[in-house]
Amino acid sequence: MMITVIHEDRDVAITDARVTGDGLWLTAPDVDRSVGWTLKPEGLCRDDTCVPVPRGRETEFVDGRAVNIAAFWRHMGGPVVRDDTGETWVLGTSAHQRAQTLESLEAPDFALPDLQGRMHALSDQRGKKVLLVTWASW
Amino acid sequence: MWQKLYEALESRNFAIVAVAMDSRADAARPWIEAAAPTYPCLIDRHHRVAELYNMVNVPQAVWIDENGRIVRPTETAGAYEGFRKMDRATGTMPDEVAAVTSGAKRTYVDAVRDWVINDRASIHAFDPAQAKAHLSLPTETIAAAHAHFRLGQHLLGRGRDAEARRHFEEARRLHPDSWNIWRQTHTVDARGLASGPEFWARVDALGTRRYYAPVDMKGMPG
Repeated sequence: MMITVIHEDRDVAITDARVTGDGLWLTAPDVDRSVGWTLKPEGLCRDDTCVPVPRGRETEFVDGRAVNIAAFWRHMGGPVVRDDTGETWVLGTSAHQRAQTLESLEAPDFALPDLQGRMHALSDQRGKKVLLVTWASW
Repeated sequence: MWQKLYEALESRNFAIVAVAMDSRADAARPWIEAAAPTYPCLIDRHHRVAELYNMVNVPQAVWIDENGRIVRPTETAGAYEGFRKMDRATGTMPDEVAAVTSGAKRTYVDAVRDWVINDRASIHAFDPAQAKAHLSLPTETIAAAHAHFRLGQHLLGRGRDAEARRHFEEARRLHPDSWNIWRQTHTVDARGLASGPEFWARVDALGTRRYYAPVDMKGMPG
């Protein structure tokens, strides 16, 4: 089944996925590609952090080379939201992780387009003082 | 509002990054073209910056130093409650209220200028402990609200309006403090504003609570 996984500013199309109710099974390389976590013998890992598969619940999380990323995500405290058909999944970043980033006082970087579609990153302004300010038409 | 400040300070190693919380670039376009800013004006269709910096309204701003460190975290950028006292039929404000409102704007702009000129010696520049103390951090329900909002945007872009609306409703329910989410997902009038009777009812329901969070800044009206 063809599905889309949305995470941070990524929007990744995946052809080899299986949806079982609240479960979203992806191959390990697709997990890496869509949310940046890697399946290792010690669990699901990113940078220095590894989240082991909860003991006794292995079949909920891993099945051969497939990973139930939705189950892992909930286990790690991140929001999981899917559409009615199961074609689109948003794996949001947890409040805990957002808070940790903000508490480091390192300004979270992002890249967004201007009206001409040219991308600008906040970090392009490194070396200057920056007033990051929002507004809206509404 | 920011162009003049930018022109006065751009030679002092100062940048402005303006971000429009607008799902449709076309809605922001006339405003940007009219203001003709010389600093980057970015379109944030998915309100990513609001999610990253836990913002709930516009205008909100963050001061970031040369090393990419937060000096003043998310706060109201010069806006004040004055609009709540305006005559809703004529859109006019009593003079004394208008004076306080423009005073808040001036105080904020002056504070930015003071920081750019005096750097860490500015009375408005927080040290790291103060900056941390002024952070507003997201909760699990806020994180979930952003996920629903993001899915709603995706579905809306594919013509699945009814399903999108369900996710927007959920986002509003989970994050009632976010005017960004509420107004962005509300029907806009002919002028492109989500400021009909439902908006005013919601503002009135605030009672003594603030629409724009108060700012801890010397000279700002309380």
